[in-house]
Amino acid sequence: MPFEWVLALRFLREGRMQTALIMAGTTVGVAVIIFITALMNGLQASLATRTLSTQAHVSVRAPDDAPTPVLERAGATSVVAHIEPRVQRLRSIDQWQRVTRELVALPHVVDVSPITTGSGFAFRGNASKSIALMGVIPERYDRIVKVSDKLTAGQFRVGPGEAVIGIELARDLGAAVGDRIRILSSENRDDVFRLTGLFDLGVKDLNRRWVIMPLRSAQSLLDLSGGVTHIDLTVDDIFAAEDVATRIVSQTGLTAESWMAINTQLLTAFKNQNMTTRTVRVFMLLIVALGIASVLVVSVVQKQREIGILRAMGASPRRIMRVFLIQGGIVGGSGALLGSGLATLMVYGASFALRQDDGSALISGRIEASYYLTAAAVAVLTGLLAAVAPARRAAKMDPVEAIRYG
Amino acid sequence: MADILRLEAVRKSYNVGMPIETEVLHGIDLALRAGEFAALIGPSGSGKSTLLHLIGLLERPTAGRILIAGREIDALDEAGMTELRGRTLGFVFQFHHLLPEFTALENVMMPALIDQGRATRAMRERARGLLAKVGLADALDKKPSALSGGMQQRVAIARALTMNPPLVLADEPTGNLDSHTADDIFALLREFNRAEGSAFLIVTHDARLAAGCDRRIELMDGQLLAATV
Repeated sequence: MPFEWVLALRFLREGRMQTALIMAGTTVGVAVIIFITALMNGLQASLATRTLSTQAHVSVRAPDDAPTPVLERAGATSVVAHIEPRVQRLRSIDQWQRVTRELVALPHVVDVSPITTGSGFAFRGNASKSIALMGVIPERYDRIVKVSDKLTAGQFRVGPGEAVIGIELARDLGAAVGDRIRILSSENRDDVFRLTGLFDLGVKDLNRRWVIMPLRSAQSLLDLSGGVTHIDLTVDDIFAAEDVATRIVSQTGLTAESWMAINTQLLTAFKNQNMTTRTVRVFMLLIVALGIASVLVVSVVQKQREIGILRAMGASPRRIMRVFLIQGGIVGGSGALLGSGLATLMVYGASFALRQDDGSALISGRIEASYYLTAAAVAVLTGLLAAVAPARRAAKMDPVEAIRYG
Repeated sequence: MADILRLEAVRKSYNVGMPIETEVLHGIDLALRAGEFAALIGPSGSGKSTLLHLIGLLERPTAGRILIAGREIDALDEAGMTELRGRTLGFVFQFHHLLPEFTALENVMMPALIDQGRATRAMRERARGLLAKVGLADALDKKPSALSGGMQQRVAIARALTMNPPLVLADEPTGNLDSHTADDIFALLREFNRAEGSAFLIVTHDARLAAGCDRRIELMDGQLLAATV
C-alpha cells in the first residue's frame, strides 16, 4: 500500500472517537439524502398513478382545424384582417390504424387504445342527462383505464348494444344493470343500450358523464364511420410522457398531449416538491462537508508535530496534503456505503409503515441503483472537497515550528 | 576524507526587511568530515537550533553557501531539498517525535517508506535489525505510548539511521532523560558512528557528553569560537 494510504488509514483508525463520530455523521447524512429522494419519488409516483388511473398518459388526436386565409398576402401590400377561429368539427385521425401501429413501436409506449368520443344525451323515462360518449375497444381500453377494477355492479362487457356507465349517472337516471337507456348524440342520431355494468372511477364528474360503449356504436352515433377521434396510450415511465408526446407530434404531425400538459397543477406541485427535496439534499451535503472538514482541521492541528517530523524525514508538502485528502475521501466513501445500507433499511421500513387508504404500500421498498451510485459519488467528492482546506493547511505547516515546540 | 558538510559565511536573519530584523547567525564557516562525531555546544540563545535547522535543510540561510554531501543547496528547489533531506540526513530530536499511531517497527521503517512509496521486505528487515541493535528486539510491535522515554529515544535513533544517512543531526538527544539513560543513548550514538560510518553533529548542553565527542564546536552569540573550529 502506498505511503499516503498507509498514513491516512492509520490516522483514521487511531482517531477512534473522532473517526466514529464523523463516519456516523456522514452515514446519517447520506442515508437521509437517499431516503428522502426515494420517499419523494415514491410519493410522487403513487400520487401520479392515482391521478392517472382515469387518464391516458398521452392522448393523441387530429390537429385542430386552422382558419384558411381568403386573401393571399402579395408583395408589399399590407392586409388588415380579422381572423375568426374556426369551429372545431369532430374529426377522425387520418389512417388511425397505421398511426396506432407506429405509436406501439415507439420507445416507452406500453398500451395503445383508439377511442371515438363525442357528446350527447342519455334518456330514461323522463330523465335526460348530458353525457360523453366513449367508444372503445374494451380489452384495449381496460389496459389504459382499469374499468374492470372499478366496477361496483355488473361486468365490463360492451358487446353490440351494450354500455357501462358511472354510478352517478345511473342514480340520476334511476337505472340499474340490465336496464336500457337511450343515447342521442350531438349528430342527432340515437340508439338504445342495455347496461351491463356500473363503475366508480373516483371522480364524480366522470361517473356522471361517461358512457362507455363499443367503438362501432360510437362511430355510427357520431357519424364517423370507421374513424377514431383519439388514441390514448400509456408509457412505462410516467415522467417520460412529455417526451413521448413531443416525439409523437414531430413524427406524426398529430396533436399529442401528455398528462403533464393536462394536469399542470399536479406537475407544478411535483416541481415544488422536487425543489424542496433538492434544498434539503444540498443542506445535508453542506452539513456533512462541514463535519468532515472540522474533524480534519482538528486532526491537522493535533498532528502538527507528526507532520513536522514527516516533512523532516523527506515527505513533500504535496504528499502530506494527499494524506488528508485521502482521509476525506475515505470518510465520504465509507459514509456512502454505510449510509446506503441504512437508507435501504429506512425505505424498507417506510414501505410497511406508510399505507394508503386502501391498505396498499404508499412507496415501494426498493431503491434504484442509480441513487446509490449518485450518493456514493457525491459523498466521496464531498469528502475530498471538505478535506481540501485542512489538507492545504497541513501542507503549509512549517516543520521547524512543528518540531521546535515539542 | 571528503567533507560531508560545508558552511561558508552563512548568515541567518529573521523578520528580514522589517524594523525588528534580527540576525541570529553572523557568518558561520564550518566543515564536517565524513564519519566525524562532533558536538555543537553553546548557551541558550546562541543560535544552535537555528544552525541545526539550516544544516537540516529545514530552513534556508539569508546569505552564504551550504553544501551537503557535495551538493550546493542554493541550487535546489523545495522538492530537491526534501529529497536530499530524506536521503542524506537523519534526525534525532530532544522530544522523540515518534508517530503515536504506528508501532516501533513501523516508525523505524517510515523514512524508507517515504522514500520508496511502499513497504518492502528489505525495509522491514533493516528496521528489525536496527531495533535489535538499540536493544528493542522485543518491542517491535509496541506503540510509542507503551515505551519509556529512553526506549522511545532509542526508537528515534534507529529511525534516524534507517536510510543509512551520511550525516545524523541530533538536537539535545538526551535532554529530557536521566543521566544514566543519557549515557546509554550517547553510547548508542557512538556505536552507530563506528558501525555505520555516519557522521554525527550533536547539539547538547551537557558538558559531560560534549567531552565524549571527537570534536567540540562552540557557538557564542551567533558566531563560532575560532578555537573550536
